[in-house]
Amino acid sequence: MSEVLVEIKNLKRYFPVADKKTVKAVDDISLIIHKGETLGLVGESGSGKSSLGKLVVGLDTPTSGSILFEGKEFTGLNKKDQREMNREMQIIFQDPHASLNPRMRIGEIIAEGIDGYNLAKGKKRLEIVYSLLEKVGLRPEHAQRYPHEFSGGQRQRIGIARALAVQPKFIVADEPISALDVSIQAQVINLLEDLKEKEQLTYLFIAHDLGMVKHISDRIGVMYLGKMMELASSDDLFKSPLHPYTQALMSAIPIADPSSIKRERIVLKGDPPSPVNPPSGCRFRTRCAKAMDICAAIEPQWKEVEDNHWTACHLYP
Amino acid sequence: MEQLLEVKNLEVNFRTYGGEVKAVRDVSFHINKSEILAIVGESGSGKSVTVQTIMGLLPMSVADIKNGTIHYKGQNLLELKKRELRKLKGSKISMIFQDPMTSLNPTMKIGSQIAEGLIIHQKISKRDAKEQAINMIKLVGIPNPEQRYDQYPHEFSGGMRQRVMIAIALACRPELLIADEPTTALDVTIQAQVLKLMIELKEKTDTAIILITHDLGVVAETAERVAVMYAGVIVETGTVHEIFENPKHPYTWGLMESIPDFMSTTKERLIPIEGSPPDLFAPPKGCPFAPRCKYAMDICVDQMPLDYEISSSHSAKCWLNDEQSPNADEVLALGRSLYE
Repeated sequence: MSEVLVEIKNLKRYFPVADKKTVKAVDDISLIIHKGETLGLVGESGSGKSSLGKLVVGLDTPTSGSILFEGKEFTGLNKKDQREMNREMQIIFQDPHASLNPRMRIGEIIAEGIDGYNLAKGKKRLEIVYSLLEKVGLRPEHAQRYPHEFSGGQRQRIGIARALAVQPKFIVADEPISALDVSIQAQVINLLEDLKEKEQLTYLFIAHDLGMVKHISDRIGVMYLGKMMELASSDDLFKSPLHPYTQALMSAIPIADPSSIKRERIVLKGDPPSPVNPPSGCRFRTRCAKAMDICAAIEPQWKEVEDNHWTACHLYP
Repeated sequence: MEQLLEVKNLEVNFRTYGGEVKAVRDVSFHINKSEILAIVGESGSGKSVTVQTIMGLLPMSVADIKNGTIHYKGQNLLELKKRELRKLKGSKISMIFQDPMTSLNPTMKIGSQIAEGLIIHQKISKRDAKEQAINMIKLVGIPNPEQRYDQYPHEFSGGMRQRVMIAIALACRPELLIADEPTTALDVTIQAQVLKLMIELKEKTDTAIILITHDLGVVAETAERVAVMYAGVIVETGTVHEIFENPKHPYTWGLMESIPDFMSTTKERLIPIEGSPPDLFAPPKGCPFAPRCKYAMDICVDQMPLDYEISSSHSAKCWLNDEQSPNADEVLALGRSLYE
């Protein structure tokens, strides 16, 4: 396996809520992201995938656990060191309408990072902005315009250019295509793939569209109520999902082929339980068709069941 | 098959400070009794405006219905008086919306919101309405219907609220249900539940459904017929098999190519549709898709294509289907260069 870029160890993020209760948004997650790979993260709303993404780039502070970036401890650094490390990791947000300041010109939005880190000045700075715009498929003259003059897809390109401005090694893409139209989604996905190649980037790609995640990811992690349920290469995960939750998730995806053999669909009963008071033992057991007595009593261990195929389920002792 | 609703040559404009937006242009389609018709299109394609016109929900202070008729069982809805239309709405034709969070009244109990339509349209007593409402809650698969009747929307999850919306919409046993992106705001596992429910209810109650969506997977798994909209125009229509297996419009081809093949084991690059949808203040003179079309010819720039009949149920508005047209591969080289 290639070099490790990010290592997450026993990461937890608990949010206090009313009545002295806590929401365990990210609960004891450990994983490794290799240099040059795209790790996909899927799960339903409330599964904690975005919380995890924010922790990884330092936009939020974990309750406990650690994040190592290129072997260096990232959590608990002082402000100055953390800032320096932040340059290496950037995030692209879901909503291209809300994530750009409407009163700033595109050129200024993109140059903010360059200025913040004093990477270039004057003519050099402008040249960088222009080349970034070209890299993401826009034109240099767009630097003078305001966000409202662009479509959703173009704004997402601007968000990507802004992330690239500080020459990061690692990018968290948090639902980067969910707000875009189908015909535009493919444009942005192709752009992300090209940039990864050219700029030697590593991605953590968060989405709920399993088809797109499968397309772009080398490995995929499946989250449910703050826990990682399964992690495997994207081919293995789709060919032989082990965890009943992953199996249900896969069978719920509608396939764009009316003649495809009608699959045995596992329709999950009910909604995900409240994260304030998650079920004992395995968190999925209340909706799991294969739940056993042990599932309520003991929380399943996170282990490597097959080669590079991890899951937490009592079906695989 | 009996036609339930027929929309003919519908044209809707919006007056804005920037000028007139041509949101729906010469749209014609029909839906038969107990059939699921999907209208597919991207944002701004006019699919929501089309159904809002059917429901009489257009903001008439800015909207103009320039032309067209909407016949529901022989009655032109556009000529009905407000009171007559109101009788139809909610009882014979009803609608569910995309966002179950904002389409319920937060200060009213769920049960009363379901019973409201029954009391108004079927003129039954409150007690009977309550009984029927509880049955509806049961029908859409919400557990503990008696207790749920007295709860408020905030006590329900997103998927449950969409079930409540469906219960409200179906309470009076409408003949036509219009569902505008009913599962877009829901997670996939919940989406699967809601779609399954809609199909089951359709089979039980014989309700016809117009399903508006942008998700081709949802279309393939639920619809019987499909209309593809682009920039205010229906560019192709046919049975679900015709549209997915033998599409005849380059926009439909583009949509199919731009989604990853879920079943494939090899990694292929996606083929996006380049460019973005046209500005509806000044839509292209010819085919609305021509500026993004790989196969555009001179005629596409100048003239809106005729609606070519491929089969009795399948038609496409594309010049490539003309007898005199060269085949698609021959014009590929020319393509978008016309616009650059």
